Amino acid sequence: MDRRQFLAACGIGAGGVLLPGFTGRAIAAEQLVEPIEAAVKRRLADAGLGAATEAGASYCDVRVGRYMRQFVLTREATVQNVVNTESTGCGVRVIADGAWGFAATNTMTTDAVAQAARLAVAIAKANAKSQTAPVRLAPAQGVGEVSWRTPIQRNAMAVPLKEKADLLLGVNAAAMGAGASFVNSSLFLVNEQKYFASTDGSYVDQDVHRIWAPFTVTAIDKASGKFRSREGLSAPMGMGYEYLAGNAADKVTSPNGVISYDKSYDMREDAVAAARQAQEKLKAPSVKPGRYDLVLDPNHLGLTIHESVGHPLELDRVLGYEANYAGTSFATLDKRQARFQYGSDIVNIVADKTQPGSLGAVGYDDEGIKTKQWPLIEKGKLVDYQATRDQAHILGKTASDGCSYADSWSTVQFQRMPNVSLQPGTNGLSLADMIGGVDNGIYILGRGSFSIDQQRYNAQFGGTLFYEIKNGKITQPIEDVAYQMRTPEFWAACSAICDQRDYRLFGSFFDGKGQPSQVSAVSHGSATTRFDGINVINTARSLG
Amino acid sequence: MAIMTEAEARTILEKVVALSTADECTASLTGSTEGNIRFALNNVSTSGVVDNVDLAVRVAFGRRVGSATINEFSDAALARVVQRAEALAKLAPENPEFVPAVGKQTYRPTNTFSQATAAITPETRAGIARASIEPCRAQKLVAAGFLEDGQSFVAFANSNGNFGYQRATQMDYTCTVRTDDGRGSGWVGTNLQDIGGFDAGRDVNIAMRKASASVDAQALEPGKYTVILEPAAAAGLIGFMARFFDARQADEGRSFLSKAGGGNKLGEQVYDPRVTLVCDPAHPELAVMPWDEDGVPRERQTLVDKGRVTDLFYSRFWAQKQGKKAAGQPGNLIMSGGTKSTADLVRETQRGVLVTRTWYIRMVDPQTVLLTGLTRDGTFYIENGQIKYPLKNFRFNESPVIMLNNIDELGRPVRVNTEGRFQMMIPPMRLRDFTFTSLSDAV
Repeated sequence: MDRRQFLAACGIGAGGVLLPGFTGRAIAAEQLVEPIEAAVKRRLADAGLGAATEAGASYCDVRVGRYMRQFVLTREATVQNVVNTESTGCGVRVIADGAWGFAATNTMTTDAVAQAARLAVAIAKANAKSQTAPVRLAPAQGVGEVSWRTPIQRNAMAVPLKEKADLLLGVNAAAMGAGASFVNSSLFLVNEQKYFASTDGSYVDQDVHRIWAPFTVTAIDKASGKFRSREGLSAPMGMGYEYLAGNAADKVTSPNGVISYDKSYDMREDAVAAARQAQEKLKAPSVKPGRYDLVLDPNHLGLTIHESVGHPLELDRVLGYEANYAGTSFATLDKRQARFQYGSDIVNIVADKTQPGSLGAVGYDDEGIKTKQWPLIEKGKLVDYQATRDQAHILGKTASDGCSYADSWSTVQFQRMPNVSLQPGTNGLSLADMIGGVDNGIYILGRGSFSIDQQRYNAQFGGTLFYEIKNGKITQPIEDVAYQMRTPEFWAACSAICDQRDYRLFGSFFDGKGQPSQVSAVSHGSATTRFDGINVINTARSLG
Repeated sequence: MAIMTEAEARTILEKVVALSTADECTASLTGSTEGNIRFALNNVSTSGVVDNVDLAVRVAFGRRVGSATINEFSDAALARVVQRAEALAKLAPENPEFVPAVGKQTYRPTNTFSQATAAITPETRAGIARASIEPCRAQKLVAAGFLEDGQSFVAFANSNGNFGYQRATQMDYTCTVRTDDGRGSGWVGTNLQDIGGFDAGRDVNIAMRKASASVDAQALEPGKYTVILEPAAAAGLIGFMARFFDARQADEGRSFLSKAGGGNKLGEQVYDPRVTLVCDPAHPELAVMPWDEDGVPRERQTLVDKGRVTDLFYSRFWAQKQGKKAAGQPGNLIMSGGTKSTADLVRETQRGVLVTRTWYIRMVDPQTVLLTGLTRDGTFYIENGQIKYPLKNFRFNESPVIMLNNIDELGRPVRVNTEGRFQMMIPPMRLRDFTFTSLSDAV
């Protein structure tokens, strides 16, 4: 149970605007583009830093945040809901007597922030009494006054609501015109205006933008009662409204004519294709279970990377801090020592917080650490994890990896997954060449159902589109496909990776972790990749 | 103060409704004080208390709707939030599915509040964490857990003269205990409205025993087995299925309750005759607010009666369109059962698999509600009424619709921890031919 579920269980009154992951006050659309002045934020932050230090803190950071969301939700010819929310406040985190303390306020005055800082110190001192070992922060040089902004071309928050509604209703009409029975489409827009200040002498002002444009098209065969859905093939991105431009140069066409999208998305074109493909799915033959060579599109493989590499290499999970909820990890610390063989020797996986267009890209993390890229798996061997400032010493590191994130000014920052991406192949290999080399396989695109155990060994993944490959050729769409895997065996079966030309980002917009749960957004890049001899099950059942 | 009295709430709400010039106005106040404590590796990791009160205002001009929220209650702030909602409504597109605010209602109060839960202090939480951690430390076991408790109130008023006010409490405790070598893991969870009967020491003992007993798990070939699902394990699958009792989805042909040729399965025998599912806002062990999010009174609703589908969830729009009466959207789900405990069911089992907890459940095929997920934190083999040995965890691919046609026996329903839309009471159940499709190495 979290706050939202608690309120939902109690039956909140009419007009509430609680949406996944966020609460905040609803505001008029035009207010979404007004930032808070940097000087005001610095004044608030200095009040917190000063009060904490005076109260006995050995370290303090203050985050002054303004978090804005706009969600536009439609079905067929109806705009179902438009929600603009804003949440503004200050979170103060301190170390006193060797323990963490945290307090937050939404009163934007220097007095209120100073009071929150003193409360955080009191909480830290109380926590210190039962703490077995003091917090050890990796050293960090203050960065002075710096700023960073997601390199957007068009601020989605400034685009008139009418333009957004017209886009989605146009997408819906196009899908219905192409034979869809139903269509739901949405826009999720996020802008985090975050100011971080610490007693190390950092004042970091950041303006972070994210966009997601998902849809679901459903086709129904009334006579048989069968229905099938096809999700959009977009990726949520760390971009502005320019992502929806649908530039021809960003389209990637597979040998059987499925169009995927790179740095911009043609939502209408994809919805029309979805309507056609959803109808094809109604008639497609059911897969014969067995072992197949899988050819996995980046917009599918991203989720497999997320679940089977991203999560197991979160250091807090490895150490046991998430044991009661998300779970622990099979990739224990001794495996790093032993350079555990995580996958085949062509598997190189990097963590990254800088990649342009990615959801995880920021200039500095929520501990003011300048972001970077670093290897997690090199030539198939486990070499590193994802750490924050207070975890770095556990790995023998002298600096944080910059993996700290909080989803609000009111929540405590903790270790979250950076972008985790599979590096493209270095020997020239196109998608057509890869498919040409497969005798008995399945080509899978898009995300489907996903489930993985609490130590990240056993996983099962579905997808959006499945195509049979026979003797180097894509023959027909098939249905009812899911593959089951054991993480190290799956990555050991990785036999070929397309080259840089096929590299694209996948994204997870609402990744949950922690108790109380916090959401974060993260991207996973890859090129189309081949895995040999993977166990495929048939998921068709009959209810009689 | 996050918890307002009825009089305080009424004063604010009536001011707001009077300020609005829209065709209709609904104002609602929600407030809560929630506390939590989290522990891991036998240490408290975080703890906190969050107070929050929000005023939400929803207005309509014709079919144009706007809503705004604020957490200040001065006269100027109230005027501002009404103006903002009205400004948004004037800009909003017409909603063809608009349904006007409810008229004046009579709500029957439900027993959702416990003074003992409302009185939980940081010391109570610290004590619960200590009672969970100390026995584990003493036995070389490692505890990780989370306690979240809260009291809340909901109040609302609208321009049709409707008004409601009620308080509620809840607490939710979960604890995972692992052996220090990581080879065994056990779990326990308790969800209560009244903390009065809660004993963390007794609960953690269950998780400790399961952790110690699950070391050296043996592998059993995946396949179809007789299983006993503890209530929490069954709730994961049944709660997932209950989401798809929506009438509109069924009528539109995109639900397991849609019928070939059109229409829905109302009146059809879909489950074993022992399956009865009801929603009851006044249930003595699982009371929820007597209204839904639109202020429509909740009623006792029988979804499944002796295996036959007898009701679906109708939104107000869909009910109007289909000529049905719209009951309030339910907040709980109670599955009937017998009188036996999980232990009784185990004693009467010749051969089978006991499942403590199910995990990471996801939809594989909505056509059949085929779900996949895993067992976790205590899976055991039963022979001749005894727990014989621990088993390695399994992945399952199973539809709750099929599962509830393969019932061997149902036990006594208990209140369970849930993450979904409904609070639930679910019985332990022994089921035939439950489908495990692979083994997991995870402990």
